[in-house]
Amino acid sequence: MSSGMRYDDASLKRAPAPPTHSIGERTPLVDGIEKVTGRARYTADLPLGATLVGRIFRSPVAHGVIRRIDASRALALPGVRAVVTGEDFVAPYGVIPIAQNEWPLARGKVRYRGEPLFAVAADDEASAEAAMAAVAVEIDHLPAYFAAADARADGALLLHDNKPGNIERLVEQDFGDVDAGFAAADLVLERRYDCAEVAHGQIELNATVALWEPERERLTVHSVTQVPYYLHLTLAQTLGLDTSQIRVIKPFVGGGFGHRVEPLNFEMVTAALARAAGGAVTMQLTREEGFLTHRGRPATETRLKIGLKRSGEITAVEAEVVQRGGAYGGYGLVTILYAGALLHALYKVGAVRYRGYRVYTNLPPCGAMRGHGAVNVRFAFESLLDEMAAQLGLDPFAVRRANLIDTPYRTLNDLQVNSYGLPQCLDAVEAASGWKSRRGRLPAAPGVRRGLGLACSHYVSGSAKPVHWSGEPHAVVNLKLDFDNGITILTGASDIGQGSTTLLTQVVAEVLLLPMARIRVMATDSMLTPKDNGSYSSRVSFMVGNAALRAAQAMKRVLVEAAAKRLEVQPDDIDWQGESCCIAGTDRRLDFAQVVQAALADHGTLTIKGAWSTPPETQGGKFRGAAVGSTAGFSYAAQVVQVAVDEDTGAVTVEHVWVAHDCGRALNPLAVEGQVQGAVWMGMGQALSEETQYHEGLHLRANFLDYRIPTIAESPPIDVTLIESHDPLGPFGAKEASEGALHGFAPALAAAVCDAVGIRPHELPVTPDRLLEALHARRRDERLQARRALAKGVS
Amino acid sequence: MTRRLLSLRVNGRSHDVAAADHALLVDVLRDSLGLTGTKQGCDGGECGACTVLVDGEPRLACITLAAQVEGRAVETIEGLAGPGRMSPHGRSEGRIPPRGDGPQGQGGRMSALQQAFHEKLGTQCGFCTPGMVMAAEALLRRVADPSEAQIREALAGNLCRCTGYVKIIESVQAAAGVDAGPPQVDSPPAGGGRRAAAVRGQP
Repeated sequence: MSSGMRYDDASLKRAPAPPTHSIGERTPLVDGIEKVTGRARYTADLPLGATLVGRIFRSPVAHGVIRRIDASRALALPGVRAVVTGEDFVAPYGVIPIAQNEWPLARGKVRYRGEPLFAVAADDEASAEAAMAAVAVEIDHLPAYFAAADARADGALLLHDNKPGNIERLVEQDFGDVDAGFAAADLVLERRYDCAEVAHGQIELNATVALWEPERERLTVHSVTQVPYYLHLTLAQTLGLDTSQIRVIKPFVGGGFGHRVEPLNFEMVTAALARAAGGAVTMQLTREEGFLTHRGRPATETRLKIGLKRSGEITAVEAEVVQRGGAYGGYGLVTILYAGALLHALYKVGAVRYRGYRVYTNLPPCGAMRGHGAVNVRFAFESLLDEMAAQLGLDPFAVRRANLIDTPYRTLNDLQVNSYGLPQCLDAVEAASGWKSRRGRLPAAPGVRRGLGLACSHYVSGSAKPVHWSGEPHAVVNLKLDFDNGITILTGASDIGQGSTTLLTQVVAEVLLLPMARIRVMATDSMLTPKDNGSYSSRVSFMVGNAALRAAQAMKRVLVEAAAKRLEVQPDDIDWQGESCCIAGTDRRLDFAQVVQAALADHGTLTIKGAWSTPPETQGGKFRGAAVGSTAGFSYAAQVVQVAVDEDTGAVTVEHVWVAHDCGRALNPLAVEGQVQGAVWMGMGQALSEETQYHEGLHLRANFLDYRIPTIAESPPIDVTLIESHDPLGPFGAKEASEGALHGFAPALAAAVCDAVGIRPHELPVTPDRLLEALHARRRDERLQARRALAKGVS
Repeated sequence: MTRRLLSLRVNGRSHDVAAADHALLVDVLRDSLGLTGTKQGCDGGECGACTVLVDGEPRLACITLAAQVEGRAVETIEGLAGPGRMSPHGRSEGRIPPRGDGPQGQGGRMSALQQAFHEKLGTQCGFCTPGMVMAAEALLRRVADPSEAQIREALAGNLCRCTGYVKIIESVQAAAGVDAGPPQVDSPPAGGGRRAAAVRGQP
């Protein structure tokens, strides 16, 4: 059903054939055996001996002033070891250094239902539950706001005193002459698009195990984090510890999708409990608590206006985006900046005016979710483009082709584009889907209509400037080679299922021409592995891949020099073949063990570092917020979605998806396909069924029955074509593959629904009730018009 | 809270476990027996990650009382791999050249389904994988060569957030295809060899 199609296009540069089996091979995950056999240890599986049970009590009030939290009765109960509150922390936190307004446990005020209020550590679950019931809490209610408009209304109480109008961040960006652009257009259209809030839904429940050694005053934390480094900094900051007192370890992690990019409150709370109890505490949250911890994609209203020439050329874009951010800053200001930065940079456009509003509300905080900030604006942009193309009589492919970029290119908002496989992506899905021959000719049945829709998308291969800008290299990898003739890759890169550990192994094996079996990976233990900026914004393949490439090249130089010395020739005379090497053109040869022995004789155990940083020209422009959206390499994708719409129920079935993704170079086609399929499918969940819902701040869908993630029964075949545009900066030419294809699904689905039944959805998700209402409304209109026409005829 | 001594048979081994009457099977497996391969991903019966086999039928261990499975055969992901279902392994990562004439390639221990999920990338983060594999195992024992529709139906209670399910279906088909395939002349003597040999033949 899926396929490893390669799109052959003479316009694409050719890279030299890879010298070994590693790069470009369909390679199973190097840690896949642990996963399929059940041997993989996730945080909740760790064999750490007896630990205390941690539990969090959450606010039943959406907005209020905390008058009293009295734990004296609870602490007197048998088996209760510690109770902590907001007063047990010394500083607030937040993933963005300039927007830190959240405490691990609420202090002074609570701002959403479900906000952690206090926590207990006890010998067992029953004692912990009893302790929670014995803590006295008094909260005075305040007015609460659950919609962005209510929070922005005149006279609304401020959630945070320093943010007038409850606006966390207002973004105003203007590029080029927008008014002139609209004046020059042959068609100008404006629409509003609404996207519901969605959640990550990673299957592993949140868990943290914290061990405090009272004698040494040291803290060891095992947690589900995507960015152990942020967690490390945040633990030190909130607990008032020196970073050297802390060790953070990330075991196997059962998915992230952005939920675990930010340091999360329960992680700091578990550590505080361990310190207060003087021992080890395990905290495992429920699924409901996962939904309350949230940090998902915000509910978004987008008002979008585009000007098009008859040729399809985009003359001007104007967008106003309002994101309902929830109660705390989190990643909010980055999310609202991403929405502007990636709104238009996929194409060549004439001029852009962007206004973004990130709004505080009394709901669980939103944050980064796969395709951070750019998914909902892509839905709006591609949908409007499709609608306008139809009005101009242009094919959906033609309108995209009218706005393609020539590389190298600097977008209006100063983003550098060095490789651009979108033209080939379009060609590939046009051919694969049979667009020209099948569109408008799909079989219909009574009550069932079919349609095809197209959309394009793009995403960054890592943010060119990290959130915590320290001036250090963006990525560092260490390689260790010792007497055992095995190479250990030491990396802080978090494998969260995306396969980074496998990819780094492939890169090192490729450079050294060694079998992957000779290489092991030691990852994400702050005591052993170099700092890494973490698994977010699809940065790991590109940045850590480049660091691993450089580390392996440096190691190869050392080994070649040692071999040359042993063979009494110059390094240039050595023909390196991995498991052995020889003097070029002779059979005087050393095997790998002999080379290692020679190198160790000179140096002792080899520890060799590779580092990589994004070039300055890729780090964006000079205006405020310019760093967000900047990247060393953009991925591109196009997809065609085929749907069947049941006109009697409004149910939409996705029958097939054809997607082409420009990943620069497929270092591991098997893994890239898996990532692209997962991204497209996650877009499908948002497009069709996923939606959080609250009543007066109470989460109504905090479980997997009401929050509808698609099951295998309703998930379509997804055919993937990989486009290799050979990015000049990517490792072996590679770019990201895990996010860029997500954005295009919803607009492609909306276009397909329109193609099928003539109704264009402007609201996500396209649930049966929403579509059925639109179908009914159209029938009512048609009947009304028919009646009017009849009445006119009669009179 | 009353506790009782339960006699459980898990992966062919007998265990006597003291557990509360209301103890859930998932907690007894994980906490008392140390079988942490069985995962919990929800608050009860929503995600399928805890799927185990009870007398060969898929059951959700998070909504099954441990007391309910006394005297019945419980199988978890840890029980699937074993000498009885051997298959050679190691192709995917490349081999280090052998040194000397010592014994080489003693063979891996993954079941055909496990091997297929590994090689076809039916697993990404791996958290849903044990439950997914156990549900698929129950299907393949019932239907040797299931249709795609049968696979979708059998796994509809198991949520995966990573793969979009495409490669999960391919993994089950690959494992099933091995069973349906012609006998391999050079297959190793152990029972699962025939299945695994063809899986390894996939590109």
